[in-house]
Parts: sequence; structure tokens; C-alpha cells
Amino acid sequence: MSNDHTTSGRSDSDALDPDERERIARRYRDESPVESTENRGVYRRIRDQILSDKKAIFGATMVLLFVFTAMFAPMIAPYEQDETFGINQEPNSYSEGDYTGNGEIDRVWHVLGTDSFGHDLFTRIVFGARISLLVALTTVAFAFTVGTAIGLIAGYYGGLIDELLMRYVDFQWAFPSIILAAGLIAFLGGLGVTNVVIAIGVAFIDDFARLVRGEVLSIREEEYVLAARAIGTSDRRIMTKEILPNAVAPIIVQMTLMIPLAIIAEAALSFLGLGVKPTTPTWGLLLAEGRQYINQAWWISVFPGLAIMVVVLAFNMFGDSLRDAFDVKQSEVSEK
Amino acid sequence: MKKYIAKRVLNALFVVWLVATVVFFGLRAIPGGPVRTMLGAEATEEAVNRMRAELGLDQPLYVQYVEWMIDLVTFDLGQSLTSGEQISVMMASAVPRTLSIALIGVVVGLGIALPTGIISATRKGQRSDYVATVAAFLGLSMPAFFIGILLALVFGVWWGVLPIVGYAPLQEDGIVEWFRRILLPGISVGVPYAAVVMRMTRSSLLEVLDAEYMRTAKAKGVGRTTRLYKHAMQNALIPVVTVAGIQIALVLVGSVTVELVFGIQGIGRLLVDAILDRNYPVTQAVILLVASIMVFMNLSVDIIYTFLDPRIRYGDEAS
Repeated sequence: MSNDHTTSGRSDSDALDPDERERIARRYRDESPVESTENRGVYRRIRDQILSDKKAIFGATMVLLFVFTAMFAPMIAPYEQDETFGINQEPNSYSEGDYTGNGEIDRVWHVLGTDSFGHDLFTRIVFGARISLLVALTTVAFAFTVGTAIGLIAGYYGGLIDELLMRYVDFQWAFPSIILAAGLIAFLGGLGVTNVVIAIGVAFIDDFARLVRGEVLSIREEEYVLAARAIGTSDRRIMTKEILPNAVAPIIVQMTLMIPLAIIAEAALSFLGLGVKPTTPTWGLLLAEGRQYINQAWWISVFPGLAIMVVVLAFNMFGDSLRDAFDVKQSEVSEK
Repeated sequence: MKKYIAKRVLNALFVVWLVATVVFFGLRAIPGGPVRTMLGAEATEEAVNRMRAELGLDQPLYVQYVEWMIDLVTFDLGQSLTSGEQISVMMASAVPRTLSIALIGVVVGLGIALPTGIISATRKGQRSDYVATVAAFLGLSMPAFFIGILLALVFGVWWGVLPIVGYAPLQEDGIVEWFRRILLPGISVGVPYAAVVMRMTRSSLLEVLDAEYMRTAKAKGVGRTTRLYKHAMQNALIPVVTVAGIQIALVLVGSVTVELVFGIQGIGRLLVDAILDRNYPVTQAVILLVASIMVFMNLSVDIIYTFLDPRIRYGDEAS
């Protein structure tokens, strides 16, 4: 039935009507996605629903484009990342000068113009994608690892351990993540990618810990977990083999929605001057530079800003569709 | 209920104490010590010792800790290392700026979010719903500082109708000038906030509109407007209030970057400058302030929630 919707040309974000959607969703809920042959049908249905969702297709395409750009930045970018030309050149303009060092005058095209140092803006944005992707993936992986461990242990053992770990999470919750990240940068003392990753990664731990703990609490008393316990399976094995795989859907959704937040956080830190070192090409630094030259060169801030927007939008759309497909009930994920 | 509120207040105070303690030990755990870091490696032993004495860092740790706690309770936050100014004075000038931005942000945000959310939910699947949903997605995807730059560009640089640098205190320059300078930063932090609240309003209202009592009300012949605003909204608003309250944090965080865009010396600017100058007393004071505001905000939301939602019963009453 989903094929009808893909061909109907409806641009509505909700391709299915609510009743039908609820019916499908209920079916997914009843068959929990654990690894076994009989569940292959569930995966296929989830895949079909994602493929029939235009929002998901758009999001996934843009995400892939972004990853592709970051990976092949040196091949995509027309010039070297710190090659300099005429400064503050308008979009679609040319620099003239001897840039190859062969004694002849070259004519160099700048599709998006140049920045105040004379860097080709398009080149800087393409290389900026690398930092964004690198920081986003590592911070989310870090926060996922630590946060999931905390949530698993707290939820599984309960009692004093739970109380202590959750007090820590409560404590971290008192900090908006950018403030916490900024504070950690102050503590780590110094700029650079590693510090940015640690700062943002730590700041995101509580989101995963809360989510996973909640899932564990609901899974802990399921029959298969009780059964595993009854036959003497070790706690560690129950946590990693029985509980975690059953909480995988909300975790994946959470990760997809945390990546754009990490991208924004990195851009914000760089914008504030608390991020990577000033010569590194990042979107946040370009925006800061663009703010400085707002009266002379609007393009320095507008294009990197649009880059952030498109990538974040893509991840948000894809994550939202995943959430629908997995039917994960959760509150709005957003910067706090 | 009283017992519950008392418990929440105690818990909040505990978190604030914990933050103060962590900030205290965090500062002292900085590799090499804050004084070395501040003065640089080539500073003489004498200079380092003088500075340590000045900051009270030569005292035993427990004495320092007790003093820090007493200072906090009496709101004596110490002095800035760079300017020697009292931190409480710096705060007194910065806080109204950030709060002004946040205020406009929340007003603008709710002003956009509630009507759009209601329209979107009541016309689900129609063009207006579609436009509103896409707009909310866009709002969620733009960092506040980028919105700020765009607004500054359009209203400040291209049209030249609004100033884009600086702040005008309400008492000194009057409400018009204050508003003119705070409007763009306010909108910048208000847009992402509006997107979050709008999405919540929409989904919450949709859920309620589907409820059986709505069908009953319709069957009874209750008019459409009454149904929407009296029956549906009252129930739909509960989760909206929670999100709207908690996400005020989003506005405050947005303000940190937006203050930089518009050259306003608010809390965010204070924090960033302090970190860049390695001005530790100011850094810890600002972090503590922000954390306290957050704790207080979450506490207020929890308490408001108990009054809004009649279904919530707490231990002492249920038994």
C-alpha cells in the first residue's frame, strides 16, 4: 500500500493517514525487533516505510551528500584550503594574479566569493564539512558510549547505584550543553578539535543516560529478561545481549537527532572563539568572520550559515522519519 | 502536594550546592593550577605566591571551601582578575541585558508558536499545516546566531532601520530605544524556541482532538470554538507549558551567541570573555549563575505542572 503514496505526488509530510499509521505502528510495537529470521519482515516494513517517506528520502540524500563532501573534500574543493586570493571578493567573481607561480597571470573563479583573508569561500565551506562531520560523529559516539553505560547500569541495578548515577545526570541537566561545553573548554584550557569533542561529548552524556535508563526500566521486567536471569545468565550478558538490542530503535533515533545538535554546538563554540584553532576552516569561524565584515561582505556569513542549516535540516528530517518508522515515543529532542 | 514541593525544592538546593562544589574543586583541579595558567610559565615564584595569597589559594582546602560557601550565601562573588571590578556589579549590569533578550525571545516565540500550532493541528494535512510544519523544521535547523546575522544583515545593513550593535538600558534611554536594540536579538533567540513549542502544541493538540471526550462534546452539540478552546486547549496545554518552560533554557543559550552578534554585554558575553581571559572567578560565578537559573526554572515548571494537571496525585495524597 505504501507504493500508492509514493506515486500519488502528495507533498504532505505525513503520507499516511493517522489511523493507518497507528495500525502499522502497533504492529511494529508488538513484534519487537530482535535479531531472528522471523523478524526480517519487520525490517522490511520499516525500510518500506522509510522509502515511502519523502522527508526521509530528502534527509538521507542530503546527509549522504554531506558525508560525501566531507570525505572527498580535497577533490571537490577547487583550491587548497589555505590558498589565498583577492580579499572579500563577491560571489561569482574572479581573482587575477600569479597563483601558480609560473610567471603568468591566472584568472581564478570564486563561485561564492572570498573571505577577508582571501580564502576561496566555497573551498573553505567544503573543508569545513570535515570538521563538522568529524566532531559530530565523535561527540555523539562518545556521549552514546558513556551515556548508554550509565543508563544501563543505573536502570538495571537500581537502588543506590541508580540514585547516584541519576543524581549525576540531574546535576549535568542543570547546565545547558553549550554552557557546560564552554566551562569544560575553560577547564581543559585551550582550543582544538580534541577539546571540542570532549566538551560537547560530555555535555551530551545525560541525554543518552536518561533515555537508556528509561528503556531499561521498561525492558527489565520482560519475560525474556526474567528467563535469562532464571537460567543464570550473567548481568553483563543480560545487559548487552538481552536489553540493549531491544532498546536499539530509540537509541538510533536519539543519535540521528543528536548529530545536528552536535554540529550546531561545534559551530556555536567556534563562533564564540572557544572552538577549534582560528586558522582551521570551520563553518562557525566563517560565521564569526562574516559577522565582523557584515557591512562589506554578506556572503562570508550567509553561505556557511546556509551550509549549517541544510545539513542540520537533513539530519532532523531523517531522524524524524526514523522516529515515525520505529514509532519511538519520546519528547522533543532539542538543545537545552 | 506540599510534601512533594518541599522535596523538589530541597532537591534543587542540593543540585545548586553540588554545582557550587564541583565548580570549586574544578577550578582547583586545573592542571598546573589556575594561578600558573593565568600568569604564564615565565612568572616568578614570588608573583605566583602573591597571587595565590590574594585569591586565598594558600589556605588549607577546607578553609577555602567554607569561605567560598559563605561568600556564595552572602552573594559576595569576589572580583574580576582583569578589571578588579566586583563580580556582583558586573552581573548586575549583564543580567538585565540577557533577560531582556530572553523576554522578547519568549514573547515572540510563544506569539508565533501557539497560533501556528493551533492552526496546524486543526487543519491537519492542509496546505497551512504543511507550510507551518516546514517552517518549524527550518526554525529548528537554524542556530540562533545565524538567524541573528541574517536579521542584522537585512534590517541593519541593507534596510538600515534598526541598530545592530549595543544595548540601551531601559531606565536611561527609555522603552523605545531599549526595544529597538533588543528586538532583533530577541527574535533571533525566539525563532528556534518558537519551532520547538509549535511542534509540541501541534502534536499535543492533535492527540487531544482525537480523544473520546472531544467526540462526546461534539455529539452533545458543543460549538466548534468552545470545543477547541475550552475542551481541547486546556488539556493540550499541559505538555506545552512543560516544554515552553524547560526550553526557556534554549533562549538563554541562544542569547550567549546572539549577544556576540549584536555586541551586547550580557551574561553570555561575560562568560566567553572570562574564559578567553582565563578569568576564573568570573567564569565560575557565571557558570554557577546559569546553573542556578536552570535549576530554578526546572523547579518552577515542575511546580506549575502539579497545579495544571489534575490527574497528577502525589504519594501523600493518594494514600
